[in-house]
Amino acid sequence: MAISDETKTAAVSRRSLLKAGAGLAGAGLATRLSAFPTPAIGAEPVTLRYLSTATNQSPAIAEKAMEEAGVKIEYVTVTTDEVAKRIITQPNSFDLVDSEYFSLPNLVPSGNLMGMDAKKIKLADKITPVLTKGTIDGKDVGSQGSAPWKYFYLDGRHSKKFAEAPTEWMTLIPTTYNADSLGDRPDLIDGEVTHWSALLDPKFKGKAALINIPSIGIMDAAMAIESSGQFKYKDKGNMTKAEIDKTMEILTKAKKDGQFRAFWTDFNQSVNLMASGEVVIQSMWSPAVTAVRSKGIKCTYLALEEGYRGWASGFALPRTLRDKKLDAAYEFINWFLSGWAGAYLSRQGYYPAVLDTAKEKMEPYEWAYWYEGKPAEKPIKAPDGTVIEQPGAVRDGGSYETRMSRIACWNSVMDENEYLITKWNEFVAA
Amino acid sequence: MTTTPTSGAASPPRIADAAMLPSGAETAATSRRRRTRGGAYWQAAPMALVFLLFFVLPLVVVLVVSFWQYNSYSITPAFVFDNYAGVFDGCLASLPSLCTTFATYLSTIKFCLLVWATTLVLGFTIAYFLAFHIRTTTMQIVLALVCIIPFWTSNVIRMISWIPLLGRNGLINQILVGSGLVDHPVEWLLYSDFAVTLAFVHLLTAFMLVPILNSMMRIDRSLIEAARDAGASGAQVLWNVVIPLSKTGITIGSIFVVTLVMGDFITIGVMGGQQIASVGKVINVQTSYLQFPLAAANAVVLLIATLGIIFTLTRFIDIRKEL
Repeated sequence: MAISDETKTAAVSRRSLLKAGAGLAGAGLATRLSAFPTPAIGAEPVTLRYLSTATNQSPAIAEKAMEEAGVKIEYVTVTTDEVAKRIITQPNSFDLVDSEYFSLPNLVPSGNLMGMDAKKIKLADKITPVLTKGTIDGKDVGSQGSAPWKYFYLDGRHSKKFAEAPTEWMTLIPTTYNADSLGDRPDLIDGEVTHWSALLDPKFKGKAALINIPSIGIMDAAMAIESSGQFKYKDKGNMTKAEIDKTMEILTKAKKDGQFRAFWTDFNQSVNLMASGEVVIQSMWSPAVTAVRSKGIKCTYLALEEGYRGWASGFALPRTLRDKKLDAAYEFINWFLSGWAGAYLSRQGYYPAVLDTAKEKMEPYEWAYWYEGKPAEKPIKAPDGTVIEQPGAVRDGGSYETRMSRIACWNSVMDENEYLITKWNEFVAA
Repeated sequence: MTTTPTSGAASPPRIADAAMLPSGAETAATSRRRRTRGGAYWQAAPMALVFLLFFVLPLVVVLVVSFWQYNSYSITPAFVFDNYAGVFDGCLASLPSLCTTFATYLSTIKFCLLVWATTLVLGFTIAYFLAFHIRTTTMQIVLALVCIIPFWTSNVIRMISWIPLLGRNGLINQILVGSGLVDHPVEWLLYSDFAVTLAFVHLLTAFMLVPILNSMMRIDRSLIEAARDAGASGAQVLWNVVIPLSKTGITIGSIFVVTLVMGDFITIGVMGGQQIASVGKVINVQTSYLQFPLAAANAVVLLIATLGIIFTLTRFIDIRKEL
């Protein structure tokens, strides 16, 4: 879910600058393309309207894509919910979309997306097995919730059904993924936090916060409840009505006892709550922890015993995309997987679909810090060049393998989603 | 959510239009009347068209969709009452404890009353001071502007600026703890009913102040002198002359405040730490999960509730007559 997050944080000026530039150029091109669909303009770059949250959008990526792949990217920036809404209601308003796997059960039946031809994706077989098979180094990753590999393939190009076994038609080509956890303020807390149960621990009464997005908030709550030993779920990512009731009962009691200081819905709210000291422990996304720390305030992204809640997003194409735009979309996706973008996103703390190519584009000391859990040899820089960690620092949660192997459940949309939303509204009103 | 503020803002001009039509025509001769009538309709047409396009049509769509069926990725035309049943699900069964909808409305109406009473007292007092105690018109204008200029900044900014003041480590708590008045920071200042009411009063007082001031400025001063001459005390003048003659302003201000509070979900969300329910937030959550028909049904219920309150308010005063 680290997706609706950076909508506001990612440097606005950079984005708007790019938008203006790409938009102007794109507008002119698009009209020319539709007016003269002849090979004569083959030399002109094709413009793709790229719909997503700000997470994976960056002027630097668009610039590099233009330079190396010859594809012009025109970003359309919206929130996570809005991405899903647009795919359902305005499927012709974009040429390429970056969506989350957990939305797929709602999106695919609409028939507005097309299966992507795996044969045209050069590095399709190099995509991390964490997402394709749910394994890392041969070990299984937690599969509760809408785990990506359950929704990886379609029966056919225009199928509305997910395939049981790998097929030629992929739903999304993964862009970024990571694991979310709790964050805390070690300077305001006595002792160490090692379990999810801390979220509901009366010790933090009035100083805890929960994410107010029903499908994700309930999973964080479930992690905490299971960890405190009050209840054991069969599948936290797909609860029965009885399990939802039980969860909400425990949450409502905690709320009435004054456990929560606030709930939050977007990235910035979580950063502010933590930075101001209103809250000392809460659901948190890895880049939000970095944001608090960049203000010079101590904040930890917790490596908890029960593991993480994973999320993953990827590219999809609208069903109506064809000809030059379709080719350009494949071209861009292939470029995206070829390393530069992966290295760029790695420096923001996300993980790319294909690791080998990203590794080639990163310095060995960077790779050691971001992926191997080793102390930084040199100052670690963000993509824009600001130093975010001094030599000696170690990444929270350790290496790639450690993090990924400890994913306990994935962001999901439950079968009982409607019931959950009703119950969640009831919880907020309680 | 969008329907309610629109309806509130839209009502006064529409009433004004309607009131103008017959009054001009009644005195004229029959033949001329027909022509004037026609002319008046033409004059009203652009406004009517705007209302039709941007107010009536969307409202009709909301109403129609509220009877449709939906699943997680599509909505299908139908005529079912499921969505309304969903809104009031378990409301009768769970009595005397309140269902979500009732609890949410109760909470929203509570804020409505609190905010309305506070803004009324504040707005009336300030307007009274400006209208009757400030002698020069220049000063009146200057002071009225002082009240209104802060409203040129964004709602959200004015609301959010309370947070550093009221927070656990905020300015007020620093002063309180620093001066030794309290040992621990006061927690209820932020993310509480208090914070929500405070922000609403801050945001909405001008909506009450301006119409009341407008009414008061139009009170004929000789009426007050006459009351004085007849031996009325200050309180009697206020109660028997000023308040009755300010009723139009009070009612219009009240309509603004009530509709804005009923439809709000941002102020309640930000100042209440998202822990306090509001009808707007319920609708917001439902639309973000693509439950449009359910959200539409909720919007219709909210519209009916708000219109009910306004209807009750207008029982106290006939706005058409007063205008």
